Amino acid sequence: MEDNLLLDAIERYRNGEMTPQEKTFFEELRKNNPDIDQLVAEHNFFLGELEKMSEIKMLVHNMNEVESKLVNEGVISASDRNNKAKLVFLWNRYRRTIAVAASIAGIVSLSTATIVSSYSEKKKVEVITPLVNNKLNQFEVKLNQIETKLNDAATVPVIVAEKPKFKADFSATGFLVDGKGYLITNAHVVDNAKNIVVENRKGEQFYAKAVYVNKVTDLAILKVIDSSFRKIQGLPYTFSKAAAELGEHIFTLGYPREEVVYGEGYLSAKSGFYGDTSSYQISISANPGNSGGPVVNKNGEIIGIISSKETNADGVVFAIKSKNIYDALRDVKEDDTIKLPVNNTLKGIDRVQQIKKLEDYVYIVKGN
Amino acid sequence: MSIYDEERQLLEAFISNDRLAIEKIYRENFPSIKAFIIKNSGYHDDAKDIFQEAMIVLFEKAQLESFVLTCQIKTYLFSVCRRLWLKRLHREGRFNYVSETLTETVAVEDEIEDHEKRSADMGLMEKALAKIGEPCKSILEAFYIQKKSMPEIAEQFEYTNADNAKTQKYKCLMRLKKIFFSQYNNGE
Repeated sequence: MEDNLLLDAIERYRNGEMTPQEKTFFEELRKNNPDIDQLVAEHNFFLGELEKMSEIKMLVHNMNEVESKLVNEGVISASDRNNKAKLVFLWNRYRRTIAVAASIAGIVSLSTATIVSSYSEKKKVEVITPLVNNKLNQFEVKLNQIETKLNDAATVPVIVAEKPKFKADFSATGFLVDGKGYLITNAHVVDNAKNIVVENRKGEQFYAKAVYVNKVTDLAILKVIDSSFRKIQGLPYTFSKAAAELGEHIFTLGYPREEVVYGEGYLSAKSGFYGDTSSYQISISANPGNSGGPVVNKNGEIIGIISSKETNADGVVFAIKSKNIYDALRDVKEDDTIKLPVNNTLKGIDRVQQIKKLEDYVYIVKGN
Repeated sequence: MSIYDEERQLLEAFISNDRLAIEKIYRENFPSIKAFIIKNSGYHDDAKDIFQEAMIVLFEKAQLESFVLTCQIKTYLFSVCRRLWLKRLHREGRFNYVSETLTETVAVEDEIEDHEKRSADMGLMEKALAKIGEPCKSILEAFYIQKKSMPEIAEQFEYTNADNAKTQKYKCLMRLKKIFFSQYNNGE
């Protein structure tokens, strides 16, 4: 606190606010105490710096005000125009830069050309990723390992499941188009699969086979061939034939992991990769495993099926338009005809309810 | 009154940060300096920077007791601006030929060196102020720069009374000094 008083005294001394008596006393004190004298000198210097800084700040502030006043008055113009032709001046200033830029431009135009042609050759191979989960989630693998260890450790043999657990190499999503046991998914999902299993939310697995695979539209229709499968009534959604609008809000359910995952987004373009008119571009977060998931609009109509995403860009996902499903159904050679659901019970209810109704009809598609 | 007396008066007003004096000098000198800088591959903003820096050089210089005005303000400012602009062109590696006019100039090299040293010191103070954080920075600025009284500061910063504000100001001041001198002594 003593220092506090001393600094206060120094400041008053500096500002000439002391009475003559005080002043004499202070000067006396300074003369007899080298420590105090040094402190005074130091503080004086410090205050000097502070004052200088504040004065210059003030000056700059004033100058800026003056400058804008003069610009307003037209005494000075804020533009760079002057007697000398601007173009000549710019040319003088930048001619070296321009020369360098021009040569770079030449090189770039050559290299872009090659990139474009290689893209178009490998179209849909490298740039877009099919959203199949090939390696199954690592988390799940860990869980399975732990489960096995636990089982091994148990002295009493445990009967784990009635059915031998299906060992999958990939997993994706599919959903029912007909309660009799027909599901739709992507052709790339089941393309090379020997065995296909579909699994519902409760974890029940049913063997299925592909009854229709179209690599061009990337659609596949699966039929459940398991005897334990019972017909399901009342699919809540319908399939839209009309084109969806830009900006329409959409959502999806899928199985990027062992549990159903909800995602929402919007329709960002009416065509897909490289202008592919059979798809939409949607903005949604999709991961391996989302392939074959339904794209649903707010009225509960299926407008598309998620198929792939652009590898180099985030949130650029492509979905096959639902009207392709109608074409696919026409081409299916089956004994009994597939009937698409006609009653939409998702319309007008809130999203949480929609999801609750929908999730029983979305399946994991696994295969090996 | 001779032209030198007039200039001396103007300068006195200028160093006390008088708005009218600043405006007069700005109005009379900026256009020709801008023309010079634009002719030598600069822009309006460059001209503004350089001119304001030259004004600061003059401001600092004129405050020294030893200062004697030996030429017109106009000549002085032009000389400083020319020097500063050449230096900047050089620093940016732009060795453009500077078109010389027949304008009279005076030697200002030493002044500019002094100025650069001073603005480095000033940078230390600004840096130190930036480091002490709020509310210290605002309290010290209110007291030392805006010259507000302690009761005013107490009210602005919601201290119960001027004494509390004073204690706080003291603590802040000690921190600022510590930071400032540690930088200063490290020769930063």
